[in-house]
Amino acid sequence: MENIFLLTVIVVIYLFLIGYLGYYGYKKTKTAADYMVAGRKTHPVVMALSYGATFISTSAIVGFGGAAGLFGMGLLWLTFLNIFVGIFIAFIIFGKRTRKMGHNLDVHTFPELLGRRFKSTFMQSFAGLIIFLFMPLYAAAVLIGAARFIETTFPNMINYNVAVLIYTLIICAYVLAGGIKGVMYTDALQGTIMFVGMAILIVFTYVKLGGVAVAHQALTNISSMVPPKLVEIGHRGWTAMPVTGSKLWWNLVSTIVMGVGIGVLAQPQLAVRFMTVKSNREIHRGVGVGGLFILMMTGVAFVVGALTNVYFLNNPQFGKIAVAAAGGNIDKIIPTYINSALPTWFVYVFMLTLLSAAMSTSSGQFHALGTSIGRDFFEKGILRGRQTKYTVAITRIGILIGVLVTVILGYKLPESIIAIATAIFFGLCASAFLPTYIGTLFWKGMTKAGAISSMCVGFFGTALYLLFIHEKEAVAIGLCKFIFNKPVLAGSPWTVVDPIVVILPISLVTAFLVSTFTKKLPRDHVEACFKHV
Amino acid sequence: MLGIPDPGVWLAYLLCILSVLLCVIYGAANWNKGDEWDE
Repeated sequence: MENIFLLTVIVVIYLFLIGYLGYYGYKKTKTAADYMVAGRKTHPVVMALSYGATFISTSAIVGFGGAAGLFGMGLLWLTFLNIFVGIFIAFIIFGKRTRKMGHNLDVHTFPELLGRRFKSTFMQSFAGLIIFLFMPLYAAAVLIGAARFIETTFPNMINYNVAVLIYTLIICAYVLAGGIKGVMYTDALQGTIMFVGMAILIVFTYVKLGGVAVAHQALTNISSMVPPKLVEIGHRGWTAMPVTGSKLWWNLVSTIVMGVGIGVLAQPQLAVRFMTVKSNREIHRGVGVGGLFILMMTGVAFVVGALTNVYFLNNPQFGKIAVAAAGGNIDKIIPTYINSALPTWFVYVFMLTLLSAAMSTSSGQFHALGTSIGRDFFEKGILRGRQTKYTVAITRIGILIGVLVTVILGYKLPESIIAIATAIFFGLCASAFLPTYIGTLFWKGMTKAGAISSMCVGFFGTALYLLFIHEKEAVAIGLCKFIFNKPVLAGSPWTVVDPIVVILPISLVTAFLVSTFTKKLPRDHVEACFKHV
Repeated sequence: MLGIPDPGVWLAYLLCILSVLLCVIYGAANWNKGDEWDE
């Protein structure tokens, strides 16, 4: 970093703006609904930017961008799913119904939506418990990535432990004070910074490599440079999909594309965003902004990640493919490229882009954690749903507990946990929540027993699959080795097939079968849920 | 297409652009539509 003083000034100005927006959110928060669903009056652009910025973390840009540097542009299937499923279907098909049903049932959180729809205290508190137990793992993954990034940005000034503390305290302050309004206002600023940073990055890269088609052709021409070890598992070059059915193909299609691309639909911290707008008009107005934002995030990261191979090979300073130029660590491909290929002023812009990506995701996680612990688990589960006037205070205590657990995990977990922790949370949410969420919004015939059994099958099925079959997590956790004295219990391809491909269909079938043979919910309750939906 | 020979990849590239257009056009076409709880 050439000018640490200038960077420090930029970061201080940025933090001042974040502090102001957090305070603005605090001043605008008067009720429990303000604190949890922004009074249901959020501007559509703020909602869309907040949704996108919460969705996209540093690991999506640096981690997955680096993965594109290794695997190639096949990752663009994930960008397509991120836009078509994560934005269009999420907003138009799920979002509008979530908002309307949320109004009908007066719900403030995602678990509360499931609980009230099926008249089940257990469902709300169990969903809250799943979020409380596993979201800290995902939040810690983002926290570790952010703290490592701060540490490398300010060498000899801030070490990892101090970075964790400063980062957490800043976010904790505006989430605690401003609630979801503080979170969403700051998200909008952070999302804007991210959009500008990534737009500059893609223009610079294409111009530097001679234009769109020329750059792609150059990447196609170097397919012979793929390392033999990658060719063995199915790699055919950076502008080609891996060999169908190969280990690399399963990893790309099931874990990266489907696991993340479909798993996003049932993310509690994202679903609650739809409850923050007052009508479907706001959702219509937000969908275009959301789609464009995601294209600029993952689309740019994956294309640039793959194209870094051309830059590094043609640059005499490196003369090798991206992963080799980054010393074998794919997480360093994008930062190495930025520091080497782009002007110094953009390095600062990109630092701010990454800081914004991390903070916007963390703030959404902390808020969702607090509402899950406070409102869903404590108020609904422990107090058995008794009315309390201390909802906001309980939620704030919940946020503090969630942050504390996350920070402890941030200090204890290894850096290599980032991708695994993210995959675990996405997989659990998809299998445990998605079938019930679909039934909640689209199937009047879904029963309480069907919803509960689907959620339990999804949760425990995914947990067992990750512990004993899916190689990446099973080997890292080591429980299978401890009990059965072998790393995994199944053979290929199941060891590389993501649990979402196996457990989600089982969870869906469970919901259908159990609902077919069990007692229906009272007709007037179902009609009240679906009124105007 | 666009220097990418594998249809499995250029199709993804194309679908990314088309899905953004879908979001923008749908949002624009329904810009004014849809303007229809203790607190």
